[in-house]
Amino acid sequence: MRNIRTSEITEKVKELCMDAACLLPSDVEAALRKAADGEASPLGRDVLEQIVKNFEVAASEGVPMCQDTGVAVFFVSLGRGVCLDGPLEDAINQGVRQGYRDGYLRKSVCHPITRKNTGDNTPSVIHTRVVEGDRIRITFAPKGAGSDNMSRLKMLKPAEGIMGVKDFVIETVRAAGGNPCPPIIAGVGIGGNFEKAAILAKEALLRPVGSRNPDKELDSIERELLEGINSLGIGPMGFGGRVTALSVHIEAFPCHIASLPVAVNIQCHADRHKEIEI
Amino acid sequence: MDKPARITPPLTDRDVEYLRAGDKVLITGVIYTARDAAHKKLSEAMDKGDALPFDVRGQIIYYVGPTPPRPGEVIGSAGPTTSGRMDVYTPRLLSLGLKATMGKGQRSEEVIDAMKKYKAIYLAAVGGAGALIRKCIKKADVIAYGDLGAEAVRRLTVEDFPAVVANDIYGGDIFKAGVEKYRRP
Repeated sequence: MRNIRTSEITEKVKELCMDAACLLPSDVEAALRKAADGEASPLGRDVLEQIVKNFEVAASEGVPMCQDTGVAVFFVSLGRGVCLDGPLEDAINQGVRQGYRDGYLRKSVCHPITRKNTGDNTPSVIHTRVVEGDRIRITFAPKGAGSDNMSRLKMLKPAEGIMGVKDFVIETVRAAGGNPCPPIIAGVGIGGNFEKAAILAKEALLRPVGSRNPDKELDSIERELLEGINSLGIGPMGFGGRVTALSVHIEAFPCHIASLPVAVNIQCHADRHKEIEI
Repeated sequence: MDKPARITPPLTDRDVEYLRAGDKVLITGVIYTARDAAHKKLSEAMDKGDALPFDVRGQIIYYVGPTPPRPGEVIGSAGPTTSGRMDVYTPRLLSLGLKATMGKGQRSEEVIDAMKKYKAIYLAAVGGAGALIRKCIKKADVIAYGDLGAEAVRRLTVEDFPAVVANDIYGGDIFKAGVEKYRRP
């Protein structure tokens, strides 16, 4: 067993929150810098230029690239050989509390009915799985509401097949229009069950932008969907153009013989995520 | 129009009459912020017949909930939020003389009709460009609903704040026109 103090997790999570809000991952940055090449609309290129300038300012001045610093979402891989001196979720939430306070990030979490703000951006949404080894890997992916609000899930009939899945993905992006701050990244979860599909869609977003899906069939569907989405004409910020999505990422999982769940988690261009290992 | 039009609130009918969907603008002067929770309070105030925290006539409401300012700074990151969530409240404010709203994303048909009826425009700023936009904001004062934190109503003094006319007073709509122009069969 390897002992890890929860105070160390809190400290690392705090830094993670502050860093992720201001520094765009290099894969997303590269994709956004390249995006203008494929944009036919002058106004669209203008928007892309402002987006690039924005993440440069955010990084150099240490301010959040977007005012919506999101709900704090974590994916945790906990090695089975790790021994913690306290509850994991409490340690993470404490890190969020400190990171959102000291990083001057917006506290965007409220009671769903009364709408009263919790004041410290907790509770976080934490997905944990136990894996081999004696380390703990924490991926932080703050999620803004502009894009999350445009996400959808549908339980298709198996007879609708892959055509039904493709239609649903394209229709979801079309209906979202300029709302989710395109160019977007579309995370698609196919299969599993109701909640699994949504988690798959979310996890799909963590794959580096521009990387190929190791599954050949899914890879070809991703390419087809990307072309379909970029033919919609929505463009940067919805002002019209060819670059509506930077990438489409699919994760699949076996499902019930009577089901075909599909979830589309839309991610805005400020695709913030960062990973650490302890 | 390639060169941005310079606008300063309060806006008159004349100011908005010559603007068309797709035109770029630079705003200099005073604008007001309000988003979901503040709109609910504004709406309740109107229901009760109470005075609003500011005279909306000729003004621009910017849909934003900024991050807190760092010590010595005016405001934090301050990009636009999704305007569609305010659609339900907007026609009533336009009927009182509000001349422009600003945010990101498309508006409902009800809001588009109201903009034609009351001669008001909708401006779109670049979503997710909050760090850059904050540099145009020279002053920020909370003037109402301070308990709402990021959602309080603020009076902002801005300089050369860049936006695009998304909806004009003639029914022009950049989102519809853009898709029409760049959609491939």
